[in-house]
Amino acid sequence: MSKPKVAFYWCASCGGCEEAVVDLNEDILGVVQAVDIVFWPVALDFKRQDVEAMDDGSITVSFINGAIRSSEQYEMVELLRRKSKIVIAFGSCAHLGGIPGLANTFDRAAMLKEAYLESPSVTSGNTTIPQTEITVPEGKLTLPELWDTVKSLDQTIKVDYYLPGCPPPANLIKEAVTTILEGRLPEPGTILAPDIALCEDCPRRETKPDKLIIEQFKRPSQYIIDPDQCILAQGFLCLGSVTRKGCGAVCIEGNMPCTGCMGPTSRVKDFGAKAMSAIASLIDADDEEKITKIIDGMADPVGTFYRYSLPASIIHRSYQKPDGGGAHNGA
Amino acid sequence: MSVPENRTNGTPKIGVYICHCGINIANKVNIKETVDFAAKLPYVTVAKEYKFMCSDPGQELIQQDIRAGLIDRVVVASCSPLMHEATFRNATGEGGANPFMFQMANIREHVSWVTFDKDAATVKAKALIAAAVHRVSLHRPLEQTRVPVHPDVLVVGGGIAGIHASLTLANAGKKVYLVEREPTIGGHMAKFDKTFPTLDCSACILTPKMSAVRAHPNITLWTYSEVVGVEGFVGNFKVKVRRKPRYVDEDLCVGCLECIEACIFKKGKFPDEFNQGLSQRKPIYIPFPQATPLVAVIDPETCAHFKTGKCKKPCADACQPGAVKFDQTEEIKEVAVGSVILATGFKAFDAARVGRYGYGKYPNIYTSLEIERLVNAAGPTGGELKMADGRKPKSVGIVHCVGSRDNNTNAYCSRVCCMYSLKLAHLIKERTEAEVYNFYIDMRTPGKGYEEFYERLLKENVHFIRGRVAEINDWAMIDEEKGHLIIRVEDTLIGRVRRVPVDMVVLSVGLEAQPDADAVRRLFNISCSHEGWFLERHPKLAPVSTFTEGIFLAGACQGPKDIPDCVAQAGAAAAEALALIDKGSVELEPNTAFVNEEVCAGCHTCLNVCPYGAISYIKEINKARVNGALCKGCGTCVAACPSGALQQNLFTDEQIMNEIKGVMNHV
Amino acid sequence: MSDTAHKTDGFQPRIVAFFCNWCTYTAADLAGTARMTYAPNVRVVRVMCSGRLDPQFIMEAFRNGADGVLIGGCHPGDCHYQAGNYKALRRYILLKRVMKEMGIEEGRFRLEWIAASEGDKVQRVINEMTETIRKLGPLHLEPVNIPATAHVQVGTDKAAVAARGGVS
Repeated sequence: MSKPKVAFYWCASCGGCEEAVVDLNEDILGVVQAVDIVFWPVALDFKRQDVEAMDDGSITVSFINGAIRSSEQYEMVELLRRKSKIVIAFGSCAHLGGIPGLANTFDRAAMLKEAYLESPSVTSGNTTIPQTEITVPEGKLTLPELWDTVKSLDQTIKVDYYLPGCPPPANLIKEAVTTILEGRLPEPGTILAPDIALCEDCPRRETKPDKLIIEQFKRPSQYIIDPDQCILAQGFLCLGSVTRKGCGAVCIEGNMPCTGCMGPTSRVKDFGAKAMSAIASLIDADDEEKITKIIDGMADPVGTFYRYSLPASIIHRSYQKPDGGGAHNGA
Repeated sequence: MSVPENRTNGTPKIGVYICHCGINIANKVNIKETVDFAAKLPYVTVAKEYKFMCSDPGQELIQQDIRAGLIDRVVVASCSPLMHEATFRNATGEGGANPFMFQMANIREHVSWVTFDKDAATVKAKALIAAAVHRVSLHRPLEQTRVPVHPDVLVVGGGIAGIHASLTLANAGKKVYLVEREPTIGGHMAKFDKTFPTLDCSACILTPKMSAVRAHPNITLWTYSEVVGVEGFVGNFKVKVRRKPRYVDEDLCVGCLECIEACIFKKGKFPDEFNQGLSQRKPIYIPFPQATPLVAVIDPETCAHFKTGKCKKPCADACQPGAVKFDQTEEIKEVAVGSVILATGFKAFDAARVGRYGYGKYPNIYTSLEIERLVNAAGPTGGELKMADGRKPKSVGIVHCVGSRDNNTNAYCSRVCCMYSLKLAHLIKERTEAEVYNFYIDMRTPGKGYEEFYERLLKENVHFIRGRVAEINDWAMIDEEKGHLIIRVEDTLIGRVRRVPVDMVVLSVGLEAQPDADAVRRLFNISCSHEGWFLERHPKLAPVSTFTEGIFLAGACQGPKDIPDCVAQAGAAAAEALALIDKGSVELEPNTAFVNEEVCAGCHTCLNVCPYGAISYIKEINKARVNGALCKGCGTCVAACPSGALQQNLFTDEQIMNEIKGVMNHV
Repeated sequence: MSDTAHKTDGFQPRIVAFFCNWCTYTAADLAGTARMTYAPNVRVVRVMCSGRLDPQFIMEAFRNGADGVLIGGCHPGDCHYQAGNYKALRRYILLKRVMKEMGIEEGRFRLEWIAASEGDKVQRVINEMTETIRKLGPLHLEPVNIPATAHVQVGTDKAAVAARGGVS
């Protein structure tokens, strides 16, 4: 019997997920022995044409990381979907849209303008914005279309399983790979991580006060985090209570608050909304002015609560009026 | 619709029943169209209409369909769930399904009665029905918990309403705690001279009831006391009562008045509250001869001992039983009761707020309550009505609707003023033989024997001038007006502005909610109307109940009313409390929160969010747990739970989400 | 009587209202009993307490096509459950900030304290909100899933907006 065929692909991502695969260290060798890697642009020299040449459904499993935000990415994942029996959204960006998904607070025009025209690092006087098509003396050149909206993987193609995390923790990857290769397939749509919040695994859980309140939001850049106390109780926005466990609480171990990369539990549809609900409930004020003052102390609520999940949120992206005006200005 | 079949024990079978409510709904909502619409909604197996779903045949429709196996859950589109949810849950239960496999769509109060356009009303009704259908598809069978009802009752306020309610309950063998803020019970009625329309002596009919309260073995009377804390829920309230120190031992005082005699103030010096400040009392006093309990009280605000510390305390020396105790301190009593009757009464309108009527500016202008004391034989003047200079008034004007039916003060009618004005007119005429003028907007005399009383006054030659008084002053324009108060009024019957000179003016002040009604209602967790009157559960069908189960209303705290109405309402409130006690237990709405312990991460978010301390953290297993007996079902913890481990029965996330989808996605 | 209650032509906003059982829902019943006609645009979802409201519900309402969301709760200090409305207020203030940043106009999301006796306030608030949203126009959130034809959606930004279901 031939070895199962496996593909890895990256879309809008930082490369950390690829690193995570490599981080399996010697375990990667086991994987390599057990499977045929048929496509892995970051490491192996296969081309799109090679994939196109494969029979539909001939790849056992494709691990796709990164969010989807360009026509090229979409074409590739669509292709991989066709060729694969199982598609796994690998990492926060594929799972929920991830950090690239925060671009959904802007529209494309504003973003391109900022990046190519107005950014301080741009040569002044530049008026060139990338086009999808341009005719030069040598002929016609094309570029993939940058979408206006960043999508999570399952908003573009059908996804069978999810491996959450930024990047997914090594133990979860191993477990997922083993499970799938052994044919013990979980229910479609399963997120391959424990369905319970991180607080359960938190090394500081004993230090949680019964009366959990927030009088002031603090940022780790401004205050020193007491390494022995519940981080949220100290006023730092730790989202461990909202976030799936499975990461081993590595950020907490590093004395940093949980930012929620593992996403919500299965019972929560919108990570940011639920996080806001939970955190706001703890604010120690009842009158509008005081509440507002405390909330004003929170830097960038959208970026905080939707750090990894804006495209997968219920609202999905910032609202632009149909007249193209856009209620937001990308500022 | 997102209903995985396995989660609801097979595919739901929903019956939708649309009520015409006579023409109340059918006039605005196209019933036929709505039924057709409902029939096409997911999982709907039966869609029917009926004239009155709440009638027996209407309920029978539901039961038959359940029994026939056509449906296993029910949507009734009719009135508000606050009106008939219990009715239809029962019908669903009687039919053999779990009563909570039911959801109501409010297409009367929220649709037909508030929508102008018929098409718009039909669209809205459809949306609400779709919402209910989506929601009920996710309902689960629930069991109600029964909790015993504590048989004791707390009555707050010792006016006629509180007295009557207390006696009714006590006579039925129930134990009552009657709490009154003043040093004596009796309330406003104790101040009145006579009562309309029968002219009974108010004291004569009230004081026997006051004594009965004092003597009743089932009544614990706490005067000079206030409720300061209320916890718990229907059948199981815990109430804290602050007993203010009266510096006289209630058990020892015999009411002999020796202490008052002995006080270093030889004469009364301070305004006597009972006489509306028209006489003076000493710092140690008994409000009036029939005060109940007949126990002296020391007012620390005026007592020389408390003010200067230099008094020799002759009152204490004069007290043979040794009842005067300057070291008395306030006491907090805690009692458990199953129900509460609020009978906290009203406050008379402050006449000074209508500056143009000259109250407080000119002599010989009195409020009706002051006149009650002045014409009272036990009052400050022994019942003689005299002017400031000692003369008998030859003419008296009674001005109606002071602080009532006036957009500048209170828009409502105080209901009692016309009648008590007639009574005062009669008494004044009887005592002084003066000419009496009533200035009224409309005479309002609905009540047994009331119109007849008005007729009688007309025959007694009391003058009636129809018009709202514009102003009262002493600016004489002609000689005849000199030395008189002049009442300026447009007489709307003859269409002329008149100036009526009189010796004395009675301002018939209206009734207002107690100034601290807001604090009291917060304490007892009930609602108020704009004007501050306690809000009844339903103006017609539950007039003495409140939105908080087990808390009932009696008397003028609910709105202006006269003595017969107060007594009737007090009896009704007592009957409601008795019904509750005799039922022995109450079924609690099963909308409590619960923790799915398998997935709770022990994050502590919910603990402090619960106002009732119903959630505890079980350290050994690192889970939160809800105490169902303490949970009141607000769901605040559920919204706060960061990982969805907490849910609320009847209001799960899925049920609400599905309702939202339903309300939006079909029309 | 404002025109709002009678207006049947043009854009009819759809507003989802979450009313607490004890104050605002009762007030809405009272408005009904008193036959206070108001705009037919609000659809009420009853919860026991405004404290039950999870921001997910509000977003879900918008996602399902609501042009506005109204929350009605007991006045501060009046909560039937002591303090649920304060939790609602805290969430509302935070959520409002996020909504604003997400480009959803302020007028589309509103919290009002409406006591059981304030039937007239229900009428006024609903009429006002309907009017406000009528002026703002429909809210077209971008569909979450990519349309089947997405990969051919290249070209101008206008086309991209259209692809989001912007104009319908």
